Amino acid sequence: MTTAQIIFTAFTLAAFGFFAYTAMKIWGLFKLTKPLERMDKIGQRISTTILVAFGQQKMFKRPVAGLLHALVWWGFLVITVGTVEMIIDGIAGSERILGFLGPVYGVITASGELFAGIIILACIIFLVRRYMVKPKRFIAPEMKPSSKMDATLILFMILVLMASLLGLNMGYVLSQGAVGSYPLSHMLIDSAGLSGGDWHTFEAVNWWIHICLVLVFLNILPYSKHFHVIMAVPNVFFARLEPKAKLDNMASVTKEVKLMMDPETAFAPPAEGEAPPERFGIKTTDDITWKHLLDAYTCTECGRCTAVCPANNTGKKLSPRKLFIDLRAAATKGERVEGGKPLSAPDRITEEELWACTTCMACMEECPVNIDHVPLIIDMRRSFVMEDSKAPNELTMMFNNIENNGAPWQFSASDRMKWAEDLEVRMINRS
Amino acid sequence: MSETKTIKVPTMAEMAANGEQPEILFWVGCAGAFDDRYKKVTRAFTMILDHVGIKYAVLGTEESCTGDPAKRAGNEFLFQMQAIQNIEVLNAYQVKKIVTACPHCFNTLKNEYPDLGGHYEVIHHATFLQQLLDEGKIRIKEDNAYHKMPMTYHDSCYLGRGNGIFEAPRAVVGALHAEAREMKRCRTKGMCCGAGGAQMFKEEEAGTTRVNFERIEQALETGADVVATACPFCMTMLTDGLKEKEQEDKVEVADLAELIASATGLQP
Ligand code: SF4
Ligand code: SF4
Repeated sequence: MTTAQIIFTAFTLAAFGFFAYTAMKIWGLFKLTKPLERMDKIGQRISTTILVAFGQQKMFKRPVAGLLHALVWWGFLVITVGTVEMIIDGIAGSERILGFLGPVYGVITASGELFAGIIILACIIFLVRRYMVKPKRFIAPEMKPSSKMDATLILFMILVLMASLLGLNMGYVLSQGAVGSYPLSHMLIDSAGLSGGDWHTFEAVNWWIHICLVLVFLNILPYSKHFHVIMAVPNVFFARLEPKAKLDNMASVTKEVKLMMDPETAFAPPAEGEAPPERFGIKTTDDITWKHLLDAYTCTECGRCTAVCPANNTGKKLSPRKLFIDLRAAATKGERVEGGKPLSAPDRITEEELWACTTCMACMEECPVNIDHVPLIIDMRRSFVMEDSKAPNELTMMFNNIENNGAPWQFSASDRMKWAEDLEVRMINRS
Repeated sequence: MSETKTIKVPTMAEMAANGEQPEILFWVGCAGAFDDRYKKVTRAFTMILDHVGIKYAVLGTEESCTGDPAKRAGNEFLFQMQAIQNIEVLNAYQVKKIVTACPHCFNTLKNEYPDLGGHYEVIHHATFLQQLLDEGKIRIKEDNAYHKMPMTYHDSCYLGRGNGIFEAPRAVVGALHAEAREMKRCRTKGMCCGAGGAQMFKEEEAGTTRVNFERIEQALETGADVVATACPFCMTMLTDGLKEKEQEDKVEVADLAELIASATGLQP
């Protein structure tokens, strides 16, 4: 083993080791969440994942940004093949070990190069947009400076990653490398008027910059909103497949309602060994399911949801994006273990925000990674109403009306057919 | 030439007493039964049911709130009590098929009652009207009152995004030979009227404006004379919006059933 191999192997091990440490920490948080069945209809889940995650279907609702983003993502997938090769080469001391693939290798390297060029352009456009065009959805109270930093840092890292990829390819071509196909490198070499010779050092420097940055990038992801690069795939796979307007049935409530409606059992003491009644709805992060947490880790903070939210559009405090930013912050702190500060608090998701939602599902429709906002909002309302008996006065009145008259307004149930009285119709025969 | 007829709306109880089973149950809904404006829609839809000669019935006083607003406001207990009671009644009458003019009732009956033992074929009146038109059971002459009238359809969230029904209401508007105009935000991007999720029953939170004011402005921007709706809450919210903009004399908010009834020549 050469010194370079030893250094590289050690660095790679350290990088993957740290990634594993982060992953275990996050896995630990998932282990504390509530179960939820999401393994039905596998076929439909796979096709949704292909369309929405890999195909970026929902990103195209905004065609320009959508296309650019999709190209970056597809490029990332192609270039990852080369990254795997680089790691093998680095450890084994080989050079372009996938070269035996022949023409296939040519396709991989050539498309990787083209994507690198496209990604550089896309990142420049994204930076210009972020700092000069300043789209409205990037400016909001929940968008902390750290979030902006996060975006800028990642965009610059990607730029350097792509530049070094092209650099190492150019070095390889200039040193008469034999395998693969490098159209963009050739173009750059020609236009810069560079000529062959010993470009090995240039290639090596770029190689090291590229691969080290990849490993750093990998370790930044889980701590940033760019975790979506990894999490979006499972999140889309496990997304709800039912019509958006359907809310889940709370089985725990069904049990109690059936007991209440059955006089035989209504006053019977609970059966021996029966589990204590669950808490209804979501009060703290103790009550969330693994899918809520997955949603929170997947949110890209893109604000597509907030941009279409009718409550937000009309100046209400509600911002659907903020719900998942707050949830992630609360869950990551691991404070659940320390006794669970409510998820709804003045410095977090406020009651005012939660009651402002019209459940219009525009946020869910727009979200490119199929996050479910409305079920979370309803789950938190459930905690207010069923645990704390807390709801805006008018809603409490509405509940009373339904209980007493079977209608949300104060009308007598016996008047339900009044509309049908004296129903006369004239058929105007216009022919 | 015109003929007048009094419609006697049959209830399930009466039908059952006569040993009859209707083809379809018309679920009226609380707004359909109690809201003065929406009662007109209920009546218009009943005229259509009567006109096409389908065997239908309503539950009458045996109907109760589906529980939708309670569920959306977080009161799952109340929702399930309502649902279980309603399901008992529906199952006792062996109801198979339900039509309703309320997207909220539609969604609850169709998507949320099955988990509690209520399995029915549920269709919204927009789809039902489209079927009647397709089957030729309702015929609308080209020179009807809405011919070439600028008209815009406001998507109900629970019908559109919530259940993927975007085209049926547009097909109904299309059958009127009106000049259909789309708002900037329509179909999957349609903007809420502001009433869903139990907002209908409370004041909005503090903001810069109200959701329905914003939405009616978008409707008015199209220059439409009629804003077509397919939901009782949308109707209330947009009508209030029109009043706020002082346009209620120039622009009309009308339900699909009312438009079809009147274009067919059925008049109250
Ligand atoms: S469902 Fe609620 S949070 Fe989502 S866009 Fe509509 S009002 Fe906003
Ligand atoms: S919830 Fe979805 S749409 Fe909203 S910011 Fe997060 S990723 Fe974007």
